[in-house]
Parts: sequence; structure tokens; C-alpha cells
Amino acid sequence: MPTLFAHKIATLNRRRWLAAAAGLALGLAGLSNANAADDTIKIGILHSLSGTMAISETTLKDVMLMLIDEQNKKGGVLGKKLEAVVVDPASNWPLFAEKARELITKDKVAVVFGCWTSVSRKSVLPVFKELNSILFYPVQYEGEESERNVFYTGAAPNQQAIPAVDYLMKEEKVKRWVLEGTDYVYPRTTNKILEAYLKSKGVAPADIMINYTPFGFSDWQTEVSKIKTFGSAGKKTAVVSTINGDANVPFYKELGNQGIKATDIPVVAFSVGEEELAGIDTKPLVGHLAAWNYFESIKTPANEKFIKEWHAFTKNDKRTTNDPMEAHYIGFNMWVKAVEKVKSTDPDKVIDALPGIETPNLTGGIAKMLPNHHITKPVYIGEIKANGQFDVVWKTPGLVPGDAWSKELEGSKDLIGDWVGKKCGNFNVKTNKCLGSDS
Amino acid sequence: MMPHILTRSLDRGATLFVIVVAAFGILIPLSNLLLPSGSAFQVPTYLMALFGKYACYAVLALSIDLIWGYCGILSLGHGAFFALGGYAMGMYLMRQIGSRGVYGNPILPDFMVFLNYPKLPWYWHGFDMFWFAALMVIVVPGLLAFCFGWLAFRSRVTGVYLSIITQAMTYALLLAFFRNDFGFGGNNGLTDFKDILGFNVQADGTRAALFALSCLAIIVAFLICRAVVTSKLGKVLIAVRDTESRTRFLGYRPERYKLFVWVLSAVMAGIGGALYVPQVGIINPGEFSPANSIESVIWVAVGGRGTLVGAVLGAVLVNFGKTVFTGALPELWLFALGALFILVTLLLPGGIMGLIGRPARRPKNVTPAAEPAE
Amino acid sequence: MAANAFDRIRSIVLSVFLTVALTVPALAGAFEDGVAKFANDDFPDTEEAIGLVANSGNPLAFPIISALQDDRLSADPDTKKVYITRQDGKIIDAATGAPVDKLPDNAASVRLNNRLRRSVEAALGSLTLLSPDPAKRIAAARSVFKSHEESALPVVEGALAKETNKAAKDAFAEARAAILLNTSGISDADKLDAIATVKARGDQEALALLTDLSDQSPLVTKAAASAISSIQSRLAVWSAVQNAWYGLSLGSVLLLAAIGLAITFGVMGVINMAHGEMVMLGAYTTFVVQDVIRTNLPGLFDYSLFIAVPLAFLVAGAIGVLIERTIIRFLYGRPLETLLATWGISLVLQQAVRTAFGPTNREVGNPSWMSGAFELGQITITYNRLWILCFTLAVFAILLAMLRYTALGLEMRAVTQNRRMAASMGIATSRVDALTFGLGSGIAGIAGVALSQIDNVSPNLGQSYIIDSFMVVVFGGVGNLWGTLVGAFTLGIANKFLEPVAGAVLGKIAILVLIILFIQKRPRGLFALKGRAVEA
Repeated sequence: MPTLFAHKIATLNRRRWLAAAAGLALGLAGLSNANAADDTIKIGILHSLSGTMAISETTLKDVMLMLIDEQNKKGGVLGKKLEAVVVDPASNWPLFAEKARELITKDKVAVVFGCWTSVSRKSVLPVFKELNSILFYPVQYEGEESERNVFYTGAAPNQQAIPAVDYLMKEEKVKRWVLEGTDYVYPRTTNKILEAYLKSKGVAPADIMINYTPFGFSDWQTEVSKIKTFGSAGKKTAVVSTINGDANVPFYKELGNQGIKATDIPVVAFSVGEEELAGIDTKPLVGHLAAWNYFESIKTPANEKFIKEWHAFTKNDKRTTNDPMEAHYIGFNMWVKAVEKVKSTDPDKVIDALPGIETPNLTGGIAKMLPNHHITKPVYIGEIKANGQFDVVWKTPGLVPGDAWSKELEGSKDLIGDWVGKKCGNFNVKTNKCLGSDS
Repeated sequence: MMPHILTRSLDRGATLFVIVVAAFGILIPLSNLLLPSGSAFQVPTYLMALFGKYACYAVLALSIDLIWGYCGILSLGHGAFFALGGYAMGMYLMRQIGSRGVYGNPILPDFMVFLNYPKLPWYWHGFDMFWFAALMVIVVPGLLAFCFGWLAFRSRVTGVYLSIITQAMTYALLLAFFRNDFGFGGNNGLTDFKDILGFNVQADGTRAALFALSCLAIIVAFLICRAVVTSKLGKVLIAVRDTESRTRFLGYRPERYKLFVWVLSAVMAGIGGALYVPQVGIINPGEFSPANSIESVIWVAVGGRGTLVGAVLGAVLVNFGKTVFTGALPELWLFALGALFILVTLLLPGGIMGLIGRPARRPKNVTPAAEPAE
Repeated sequence: MAANAFDRIRSIVLSVFLTVALTVPALAGAFEDGVAKFANDDFPDTEEAIGLVANSGNPLAFPIISALQDDRLSADPDTKKVYITRQDGKIIDAATGAPVDKLPDNAASVRLNNRLRRSVEAALGSLTLLSPDPAKRIAAARSVFKSHEESALPVVEGALAKETNKAAKDAFAEARAAILLNTSGISDADKLDAIATVKARGDQEALALLTDLSDQSPLVTKAAASAISSIQSRLAVWSAVQNAWYGLSLGSVLLLAAIGLAITFGVMGVINMAHGEMVMLGAYTTFVVQDVIRTNLPGLFDYSLFIAVPLAFLVAGAIGVLIERTIIRFLYGRPLETLLATWGISLVLQQAVRTAFGPTNREVGNPSWMSGAFELGQITITYNRLWILCFTLAVFAILLAMLRYTALGLEMRAVTQNRRMAASMGIATSRVDALTFGLGSGIAGIAGVALSQIDNVSPNLGQSYIIDSFMVVVFGGVGNLWGTLVGAFTLGIANKFLEPVAGAVLGKIAILVLIILFIQKRPRGLFALKGRAVEA
């Protein structure tokens, strides 16, 4: 074998080596060559188009392309056209960081809209901090974060989970709770917050069941029968579901088949929207609930216009709209307003300008960017209808400001995020100190 | 002894390879640090980070080639060793954050604070010391490989059976690390690192050093592999690859040879993972996914199985292609990768090295097209 | 006589309404007021309206409330007029019963939330206590058992006295017992009888009822405690039965997913990593079939799966043959390379489906005969799982028969046992290879049809089954279909018994570790193929 190897190398044509090296160099040059056209403003779109998360994120890429298109029709921003730079991080978390770096350094984008899962956000965070750029993150998440370079346009737990539980307690008189979730950080944190909240409302520990299943779990027989048993103890029971994406379809199918109706044990979900329901036969699910800050079925002129544009842009009348899409809509408009306010796309100026910016949301309210980089949102509780849409049965009286740090958790109840006054994302109001040295 | 091994393993081609890698390892960091930014010859930090990642993958590819190319063990779970090495390093980096986490807890990493861990789990102790973490980078993958290999090779689990149980192994680890109760940060893994040995992980200087170290790791791993495959041990390994039973009849104990390279290979993969984590800034259970492991096998196949240079080349080229494609033609990336898998196995059994060199002599199986399931 | 009975029933129903409903007694014009309130689109008003209408005694009350339940009641917010769309499509004015030509443009259906849905059900449920359909009477009695409202006692006792159907009689007796146990001033003897009745029922709800009892005499408390422990021990047995059933069901899914692989892997030694994608193609075929049926022939929907099964077999089988002819046949004897090439194929197929159908889940509906569940003792058996189990066993039997009794099967077995010998006996091995691969892929396609009934239909469908399928085949022993069968059911049942103890994740990890250890013990699986072909 060694001789064979040596022979192989020795017979290598030198010119071929050179050619290969030259090819590599050319490739590198192409990679590092930043397009320096000054008449456009580039916007990075960092959503997975393949892999497990493509199912949710592809739509967000499309909605960004539509928003950019609309803005360009209105003449762009600061007299320049906007240009979308789409990359595919392929549901691979280290690739998210790599692609973020590529967008910021190579493509020199002014802002990035992207990420869905918490881990993808965590993965790109150091990159955005290091290179000082801006990320708009559109998905409801577990909170416990407030970063200078990130703007959270999705719901924090107090804008989704707690109002939903309040509704069930008040309207449905629920006394017994199943907190069912996929085993990752969002359900873990949400359930922790809910558990603390429920106990503070006098719910006995024996009346709370917490259960976790892995990603993509598909055999729900045992879990559903456990819920059924737990629910037949005489007290009104509800399931609070933080089950993620793919596992929902088999879960709801099993619920329907085992005959658990919404009138017996309602399920309120935080990750099931119009898009997820499009893959399920919803007739057995009528009456189950979801809590969001937006529903496609909400009738406002802004929403009707948005849906019309969406159908026209995707050339498909059946494409649904959902909550994270609205979050991108709000985030994009906020960014445009901030840029126009400071007449620059310089990240530092835009970051400072964003808190306080107000823009209408799609449901008739005004979203305001808060100093903790979260926004104000209305909370709606919707019941699933037979046609796969939601019927809003309850809404908060006003807008709820997003809390970066949960008031219910021991570790974070004294923390606030304030990038205007304190210039700190994790400021402890008790000790009057900004935690962590580099924040 | 040492000079002897070196002269034997360093023929012209190998020397050339070592020089090229060393040149990259020295020139790229220098150009990044010394030349003014914007200069045509300056390698931007973004590219250097990218190359650093490729270099770590190259170490993984070398470790796979050592067992697959020279010993016929196709592991579909080598990503597990890579990830374990990465986790060991990640734990060190987490402990280095100290009180700079968002909750300002001096001992507990952030994810433990919000999951209400009262104190550090026992297996996190010691990782605040670099030497301990570095030892664990070697010990943990090595130990797992030893236990796994000792069982599997002793009971003569071979061929596709072995491939499938390695896949089961990495899948089980994937599920385990996803669990938040396991104490490794669940799905989010370990991230938001601050510094390594007192240097800021995001500083250009640290990145340059890490890149140079990764190149050094390639060279060292390459030399070790060369030393192994050119020794008498290597000859036995090739004999095992080609006909295990005949080797056994000749009086060798194939399981011992296999176990040795298997553990060696796992340790190399672990070191690759340890260098990978500070450069990409995150380690999460996704690294355990069987798809990752299978993808790294294809790097070796593309470069040329059984040629160490090919493994490195394959890892760099495929990942380079991935970087370009996922940026330029995101929808087409999986088509391209899939086609690569098919075309390389069909048309290029010797990989790129087979193409460059003379017509490839692919490692032969004993009885072509005769036996089911083996 | 008949009229007399009807009047009595009606008066009983009315009395139930009067006691159940929280509203003031019916007044003249209350019905009209109630109907008008439906038009307010406000949940408390709708609740009040239900009460008013239900208590009115108006003959339109029943149609209105059942229309409300089925989303057939609509209201015009401007004129405050309410309309019923009858099941035959005719529209009538809810207040007068007069026919109407068409709904006004701004009429919207009256909305419900869960609480209202429960009031509607209660209102309708009380009516159905005396329904002519025994199944409905049983359901109504069950709901009384659950609510054990004291006020329902006279109706229940009345119904019990007249009941002739055995099952319904039991249900009423149980409902009566539940009410008695929760009523004060009942003699101990009666209560002990009631406990015995509830104990005989012996399910979760009985347990819940007994556990909730309080303020009883010592004698009753003691009897209740002994009944509880007896029910609990019986339920423990049932829960083991239930786990076994869940295990069988999971095993059938595993078997279905793995059986095609057992053929390609076992017979040909091809590690087909694209096997999961064949399953996915079968599921998408089902989606296309249902889509066509939905738009063109909605009446055929219940038969959609019968159409999808052969089509899925053909689609996946044809693609399988194509893959074998163009790629795999060049790689025989190189199993590890085949593994890589087929992995490539799987990536291409996944992305192709993603491009063609979009990345999101597609909706595949359950035909009516696959929806719902029935009770067997204390366990719930869902129809879709039951049919999948039957279907799997049928596929397995057909396959086994095919291998044993057909010419192709004979050739396949010959090629498996000794390829060169088979070739020299004149068997066209390459044709057999192509057909075998096509067969394996086709069966994977059929599996996709079944799996579309319980899982997501998305481009990722195949990936979630591939590792499990390999485990089953390797565990059972390559080249042996019986091994695959035993392997699948063993793993399924083991998984389901571990799951309640260790949780879903740890259970699965434990299974994987056990398989790894098992392979050490038996490197060729449970049922190893014996003969010369084994040792390579």
C-alpha cells in the first residue's frame, strides 16, 4: 500500500495540481468578492429552505420577499431599492452561524430577518454581537433574553401562555392541568413559568401533570391515554400544549380518534397555527384552542389587504397566513421607519432609533418597539373551526407589552432589559447592576 | 524508532501534502492578521473561520478514512465521537464564561440557572480546568469507542451490521443529549462562549491561532495515520479489510488490530470536534444526527477512500461546495449533494484521488456480487 | 296511550330543563326574545338564548339548538333575524318557522365556544335520555353518571323502569347509583348497593367517582375504600393489556415500514437508505388520490385508500425498479457503497417532493371507517390502529405466500440462498433483482398509504422511519421475514411497556442500547440465516 500511494502521488501531473489550485483560488475570490453596488440596500433572509425546519421557515422567506417587493414598488427606502439576499442554513445550527457571518461580512446586508428555533437564534447571536448587525426574530419564544442586536417581534411567554391559561381558568373553569411539550427549551421554560403561575393561583401540585416527548414523536397512544386518565378524575381538565411542529399532526389525530373532544378536555396550543392545521383533517378538532397574537380570520382592512397581496404574490389562493408572518410584517415596517428616521442603515443608529417606533399591526392595533427590544401585542384565543381557521373567542382588552424576563421565575424576576436608559439587556433592579461584563 | 517511522511514512507525496497544509496554516492567519483589511491578499476573518471549520471536518474525515479505507469498518456514527469531543470542549468554554452569563451566576451556566439546577452536576466538575477538558476530549470518545469496539469486534459484528449499530449508537446519543434532564443544555446545546485560555474566542488573533492549530491537527493526524498504515500493523489492517477470516486463520487476532485503530480513530475525531466548537461557537445534539455521520463518510468517498490526502481533500471540497450552493442556489443544494453521492459511488470508486492518479484500484471485496448482506 | 306517554315524557324533559337551566321560568314571548339574542354575537347572550329557547317549549326549540350545534344557525346582526339552514338545504326563519328564499348577505353563523358547546350538549343530551336510539340513551346516561346532578334522578329512575335494552339498563342503573352516592339523606343500605353497582362498572370514571366521595358514614366509607382498591387492581391488569395492545399497534407500524426493507436487504443485500422515501412516495400518492377524489368525486372518499394502495404500490415499485436498473445494479457486492448511493437518492427524492408539493404537511384525511374508537373492556381501541394491524398482517401473509407459492418467489429464494448456483440453473438473476427491488419498494409504498393515516405527510416522513426499520430488520435477522415479524412486535411491545415507566425518550434510548447489546450476542439477529451464504 505505501508503494502504491507513493506511486500515485509521484505520477501526479504537476500541471493538474496547479490547475486545481488556481481553480480553488478563483472560487475563493468569488466567495470573498463583495458586491459593492451602492444603489441598493441589502436585506438578509436567514430561513431554512431544506431540512426539518423548512416546513415552517419557507413561508417566512416568501413573506419577506413579498414585503421587500412591496416596499420597492413604493420606491424603496432612502431612495434606494431593497435587495433580498436569500441563503439556506438547511436546518443545521452551526450553518446558521456561518450563513449569518456570510450575510454580514460578504454580502454586507443592512439587516437580517431570520431564524425560527431558539437554537438557531442562540447559534447566530455571537455573530451578530461580534459583527454588530441587526436580527429580527419573528417567532414566539421562551423569553429570558434581551440582546442589543436582536429585535424580538414574536411573543414572549407573557404575551401568549399566561393569557391563555387565564382564559381557561376563567371561561372554562379548568382545575386540572396537563402541560404537554416537546423536550426542548421553549416548552421547558414555558411550562416552568406556567407551573409557577398556576401554583400562585392556588392549583395543587397533584393537579398539574408535566410531560415531555422527543422531537417528531409520532406514537401518541400511551401519552393520550395518560391524558385521558388524568382528565377523568372529576375536575375539569385542560391540556396546555407546547408540542412542536411535526409531532402535532399525529397528536391531534390520536386525540380525535380516542374521542377526546374539546368539550371534555380542551387543548390549548402555542405552536399550532393555520399553517400546521392545513395538514390535518380539522373536523374532530373543533373547539380546541390556540393562543396567538394574530389569526388569519381576524377581519380588519389591513389584514384583508395583506392576505390579498399574499395570495397574489404566491399565486395561490389557498396559502394561509400566520402569526410569525405578521411578526415579520411588523418588524420589517419598524425597520423601514427607523431607517427613514435616522436616514441611514448604520446598525448603531438604527438600533438606537428602533425603541419607541410604532407601526400598525394587522389586527387593528399599534405595535410599539419597547426598550427591551420586544414589542406590544394583543393576545387572541382562537378555537379551531371545521375549515381549518380559527374563531377568535377572546382577546386581551389592550396590548400586552412583551417581558424579556419572566416575572414568575425565581432567577429572572428582578431582571429587566432596557437598551434606552440602562443600555443593558439583563439589568437587575434589586442590586442595580448589569449582569455579565460584556453586556 | 521515531525517525525511522517518519522516513518510512513521509514519501514525496506525503511530504508535499504536509508542506501544503502547513503553508495554509501559516500563511492564511498571517495574511489575516498582518495585511490591511480590504487588501486583495487579505483573507477576511469570515473566510478564515470557514476554513477553520473545514479543517476540523478534515480531521474527522481522516479518522473515518483510517478505519474505512484501511480496515474496512464503515462507521455511520463517527459524528458521535466528533460531537463528544466537541461537548468536552464546550463544557470547558461554558465554565470559562463564569459570571458573565446573563444571570451572572459564577458557577452555573445559564441554562442550568433557568432550569433551576441547585448545583453543578457531578460530571461538570473539573471542566473549569483546561487540562482536564483536554484530557476528556481524548478520554470520553476513546472510552466509548473502546467499550463499543471491544464488544462489537469480539463478537465479530462486521460489515453492514456494524454500520447499522454505529448508527444506533449515535442515534441513542442524539436522543439522550436532546433531553434537557441530561444536563447538557438540551436542544440548544452549549453556546455563547466568551474566551478560551484567557483569549477572547471572537478575536481575530484567537481565530487565527485556532485555524493554525486545526491545520496542525490535520498534519499530526495525517502523520499518525501514515505511520499506522505504513507499519506492519497497517499491513495486517489491510489484510483484515480484504479478508478478515483468512487473516484470522493465519494466526492474527483481527479484533485487537481493529480495536486499536477504532479507538485511535475515535480519539482523532474527538480532537477534531474539540477544535471545531470554539470556531463555530456552538455545539448541540444535532451533531449526533446520523445524517451528519453519513455525510462525513461521503467526504471520504469523494476524496478517495484509502488515500489519506483524498479524505482531507474530499472534506474540504464537499463543504466548500455546500457553502457555495447553500448561498447561491439554496433550493438545489440537496439535489447537488444527492447527485454527488450517487455519481461518486457509481463513477468514481477511487474518488478524486483516483481520478488524478492512475485508474483507481478500489479496495476489493472478497467475492464480488456473490454474497447477500455482506 | 301513545299520546299520553309522549306527554309524560315531554313533561319530564321540561322539568329537567327547568331545573338545569339557570334562567327565569319561561314567560310569554321569551322564545322570541331568546331567538333574537342569538343575533347579538356575544357569548353570554347566546348562552342566555339557549336557556330561553330550550325552556320555551316551542316546537322550534329542538331544531334551533341542534342547528346551533352543527353550525347551521345564522343571524343577521342588523335585522336581528335568525335563520336555520335545514339539513336538506332549505332555510327557515327560526322565530316563525316560515320558509325563506335565501340568507341575507350579511348573515353570519352563530358562534360557539366550548362552554356554550357544553350547554348545547347538555340541552340536547337531556332530550336524548329518552331517545328511541339505545346508543344515544346510553351516551346520555353516561353523561349523567359523570355529572351526577341530583335533579336528573326522577328522569333516570323513570327511564330505568321502562328500559328494556340490557346495556342501556345497566347504564341507567349506574347513573342512578352515581346520583344516589352524591345525595345526602339516602340510607346506608341504598348507598352500599350503589357502591356495588359502581364497583361493577370498574373503570376510570367509577374510580374517580368513588375517590371523590366525602361526608359519608363509616360503613359507606369503608365499602368505598374496598371498592376503590378492587377497581385499582383490576385497572392495573387492564393497563397491562392496554400496553400490550399499544405495543402490537406500534409493532405493526414498524413491521409495515420494515417489511419492504427486509426484502431488499434480506434477499439482495442492498442497504436501501432511500427506503423511507419510498414510504413517503406512497403517502404522497395517497394525498394525490384523495385530492383528486375530493375535487371530482367526493362520494368516493371512503374508498380512497382502496384506490391508493395499488397505485402507491405501482408508483413506488416503478421508481424502485428504475433505481435498481440505473444505479444499484452497478453496485452489487459493494453493500457499503450501495448505502451511500441510496442515501444520495433519498436526498434527491426528498428535495424533489419538497419542490413539487411544498415543504409543508399535506392533509390526508381518515375515511369514516378509520375514524373513531370502540371500547373493549377498559381499553380504547382506535379503528385506524386496528385496521393498520390487520392490513399489516394481510400484507405479510400475502408476501409470504408469494415467496412460497409463485415462480418469482421460488426464484427469489433461490437467488437468496445461492446466487451463482441459481444463475447456473438458468434463473435470470438480474431480472429477479430488479423485480425484488421493485417488490420491496412497492411494499414500502403501501406502507406509506397506511402511515399517512397516523402521521404527517411531509417530505421528512421517510427519515423518521428509516432508522427504526433498520433496527427491526437487523434485530429480527436478515433474510428472514418471520424474524422481521417477531422483531417488529418485540420492539413495539418492549417500547410500550418501557414508555410508561421510563418516559418516551429514555424508553427509546433503552431499546437502542438493548439492540446494540443484543447484536453482540447474536451478530446475525434473532433468526439468523443458516448456510454457506452466512460467513462472508
